[in-house]
Amino acid sequence: MKNPAVIEVHKLSKRFGLRTVLRALDFRVDSGEFVALLGPNGAGKTTFLRILASLSRPTLGQVRISGYYLPAQAAAVRCRLGVVSHLPLLYGDLTAEENLRFYGKLYGVLNIDRRSIEVLDLVGLSPRRRDLVRTFSRGMQQRLAIGRAIFHNPDVILFDEPHTGLDQDACVMLDSVLKEVASLGHTIVMTSHDLARAADLASRFDVLSRGTITASVHRSEIDPDNLLAFYRNAISQA
Amino acid sequence: MNSDAQLVTSDAHQTASDSPLRSFLRATAAIIWKDLSAELRSRELLSAMLVFALLVILIFNFALDLDVEARNSVTAGVLWVTFSFAGTLGLNRSMAVEKDRGCLDGLLLAPVDRSAIYFGKAIGNLIFMLLIEIIVLPVYSALYNINLFIPGLLAVTVLGSIGYVAVGTLLATMAVQTRTRDILLPILLFPVVLPVLLGAVKGSTFFLEGREMSDIWPWINLLITFDVIFTAIAFMVFDYIVEE
Repeated sequence: MKNPAVIEVHKLSKRFGLRTVLRALDFRVDSGEFVALLGPNGAGKTTFLRILASLSRPTLGQVRISGYYLPAQAAAVRCRLGVVSHLPLLYGDLTAEENLRFYGKLYGVLNIDRRSIEVLDLVGLSPRRRDLVRTFSRGMQQRLAIGRAIFHNPDVILFDEPHTGLDQDACVMLDSVLKEVASLGHTIVMTSHDLARAADLASRFDVLSRGTITASVHRSEIDPDNLLAFYRNAISQA
Repeated sequence: MNSDAQLVTSDAHQTASDSPLRSFLRATAAIIWKDLSAELRSRELLSAMLVFALLVILIFNFALDLDVEARNSVTAGVLWVTFSFAGTLGLNRSMAVEKDRGCLDGLLLAPVDRSAIYFGKAIGNLIFMLLIEIIVLPVYSALYNINLFIPGLLAVTVLGSIGYVAVGTLLATMAVQTRTRDILLPILLFPVVLPVLLGAVKGSTFFLEGREMSDIWPWINLLITFDVIFTAIAFMVFDYIVEE
């Protein structure tokens, strides 16, 4: 039996003035899937993710997440959503623990102290929990950003280029956290330019080009070595 | 890293099912706590505002050679020039902190009424502005040898600060989303906040001159009216301002 759709997008369009960024885009993600959204610069990946995150309104079309429509039921969607972008969304003058506690209060999380310990343990930052975030490396900040995003245990987590600005070691460490988060059963959508990284992490690969999804393939249907050819073919079709 | 990751979040999804009002108050309090805690550590905002405010009154002290009567008539103006310029610095910095690391998006992603974000930021800004005023008033009093500790004058200062911060927080949220935020905020703010500054300067001057309350009440009423209007407008439009 097919998993229920957690994200359903139908004929989504987004315009900024005269410029159309997304064109009648259809997209569906089933529960527990890890979708890598690939595409060149300017394809509309970040715009699409911002609409899914309820930070931007669609011009046309329908967006439904965990059964709730955007933008009408945005508050219900936000309870069920975690977002990690290339910016950490963390306060440098608060400690790691204080940042999590702050977001925990905004989300109305119960047992914040216990949850902070669990999450910091999960992202490997327990020993640094009382340190100010501004003293963290970029990689550590990004791991804490993941902790912030999963603190309220959302159904869906959106990652917008989470590897941007990280060195190789930090990327490897971030990948191990991403795999652990994925193993918890969250539904994940991640935009990326890095095909090798996406091939290692995702269960499905969608290519977004010129504002629409031009190709989609499951991991079981493609040899990871052929992902580049698949991507290039999808881009050329746009 | 925890190897029992599967167990880690098993029952952590519990979230408080508070009433909308409790949720609103909890979010507002969390934002105020966050701003105060961060400022207590960095002291970036308060120190910038304070140094600027002290420099302004010091410059006025050297620039104006005043007798007692003239002192009473210019004091309110000098004080409100100081408060409003220092306040602009604080408002800019307070919102820049949210924007630069993407934290504004972090706040907007939370399932809370967006006006709670506005009130949290506005109350935090008001506390910073009042702290500066608490320091500046005695310094000014000592430099100019003038008694500023008149209850009515202090009440006007608080009312003026509320109006200034109410509209300033809203406009700082708009300005911070532009590349020219440092320039844009004062250009947007000062024309809009003019009635509050006028009421605060007139009310303060009349208290210093020892006028009758019947002369002063219209200015206090003006301040209260604009405080209510600006706060209500900000409450209604903040959601649209932060919408992309």
